[in-house]
Amino acid sequence: MKQIADFTIVGREQLGEQYFSLTLRHPDQLPAIEAGQFVEVEVSDCREVLLRRPISIHDVDEEQNTLKLLVQIVGKGTRKLSELKVGESLNLIFPLGHGFSVRGERPLLVGGGAGIAPLFHLAKSYSRKGVEPTILLGGRTKALIPVRDAFEQYGRVFYATEDGSLGEKGLVTQHPAFAGRYDHICTCGPTPMMKAVGRYAMEKGVECEVSLENMMACGIGACLCCVCDTDDGHKCVCKEGPVFDVRKLTKWLAATK
Amino acid sequence: MAKLETKIHNIVLKNPVMTASGTFGYGEEFADFIDLSRLGGIVVKGTTGERRQGNPYPRMAETPAGMLNAVGLQNVGVGTFCKEVYPRIKDIDTNILVNVSGSSIEEYCSVAEQVDALDNVPGIELNISCPNVKKGGMGFGTDPAMAAQVVKEVRKVYRKTLIVKLTPNVTSIVDIAKAVEQAGADSVSLINTLLGMAIDVERQRPCLSTITGGLSGPCVKPIAVRMVWQVAHAVQIPVVGLGGISCAADALEFLMAGAKAVQVGTANFLDPAVTVKIVDGLQDYCQRHQIEDINDIIGII
Repeated sequence: MKQIADFTIVGREQLGEQYFSLTLRHPDQLPAIEAGQFVEVEVSDCREVLLRRPISIHDVDEEQNTLKLLVQIVGKGTRKLSELKVGESLNLIFPLGHGFSVRGERPLLVGGGAGIAPLFHLAKSYSRKGVEPTILLGGRTKALIPVRDAFEQYGRVFYATEDGSLGEKGLVTQHPAFAGRYDHICTCGPTPMMKAVGRYAMEKGVECEVSLENMMACGIGACLCCVCDTDDGHKCVCKEGPVFDVRKLTKWLAATK
Repeated sequence: MAKLETKIHNIVLKNPVMTASGTFGYGEEFADFIDLSRLGGIVVKGTTGERRQGNPYPRMAETPAGMLNAVGLQNVGVGTFCKEVYPRIKDIDTNILVNVSGSSIEEYCSVAEQVDALDNVPGIELNISCPNVKKGGMGFGTDPAMAAQVVKEVRKVYRKTLIVKLTPNVTSIVDIAKAVEQAGADSVSLINTLLGMAIDVERQRPCLSTITGGLSGPCVKPIAVRMVWQVAHAVQIPVVGLGGISCAADALEFLMAGAKAVQVGTANFLDPAVTVKIVDGLQDYCQRHQIEDINDIIGII
């Protein structure tokens, strides 16, 4: 069940220039949260920002009753959120959307830039099922892969950077680990990366889920603004997604934009 | 407790707070957040003769104190609405109204006729004001003669309460309101979105796939209040006011300007529980001002 709640910020970490994380404590008991689900964050006291900002859930700590958001500063809304301090409160609508299925015995998780955020909770979810995922993280440069070592507790981690500052030089799809044998692929990151991963999975006949990010207003399937052109017609990324099976996205995969 | 009950033609509302079409889905989307039976009414998504996919993405852009949308009437179509959606929502203890949309007079009539058969839908809101479709929509709502013609034809096939939703994108909304009143409308609701546009200067492209779209949110409220006030003084039928309402004080502005009921739109996206907060706020206001019946302040300006 979705809810609105005022969370208290109990932790804040700056992760390079572009990223920060917020650890938020729920006033009561956190409901179950699927990997890949997201929150709609209210940006208060900001004249230029009207709408909430959709942010994926990076981690959930049931014992501490906290969830963690990993945020990239991309515009006015996220810039304002970056100014929040420990002790302040933050209003969220959550948990939203349809998450990853956490299927497969040999899963590969491919993340790029801010898209690595939901893969952390996903890696943990696999690990809890006794499955060790292969995790492949990419970015233009090392500083743009904001969370690295923490992934190692849940799986084998590989890196690809375009400038070679971390791991293999090149794109995630060029990394030797990408070509391994997997029975399920999950990806989140820049659209060209997700499309390349999705097309590869379709070619190889491997199940693949992608987590899309579209501009949205309500986050609950009411405004119909965030649609993706799926094979079943326009579907709300906020409600039917953000995680989609690529087999439903052949039009999206084929589109160049 | 003050009496909040108001009436739109034959429809009794337990309070004046309704939801605006296209911002509240079919109501179900909000059931986790509020008790839907506390609302005066729910106006469901604009419904057309056939299923529509709407316009391509991107179809939303945030603007100062508002947003532009160009959804373009994406909906399941009246057939699926009647067969699948209506049975799920018909027993919600509030007034369920259907926003009837179309590209031709025939389509408006056909949708209205099918909705007429639904027992638990006491009225329709005829949408002659959608700015985001190529054919029909706002085209019918910007000319008094055209507006009157659509209303006249729909009136022939629709027996229950007929509310006509007006566009603000006209020289004189009063002329349109008078025309639809004369053609047989039982009520008018206003305003639909204002036609607007935004450009992404970094990418040197329009923000919306359709270039232009409908502006809503707090930024449109003063225009909406002015138009409601003008229309309420010009017609005899009840006026439903909407445009940028986000709190009880906003709703009260519309009521004082002459609206018998209000609709909350964009604010539902920011706070899915805002409607019931407005209902509570109206009650608080009445108690604070010793108002026994909300109707006592309707149209006092």
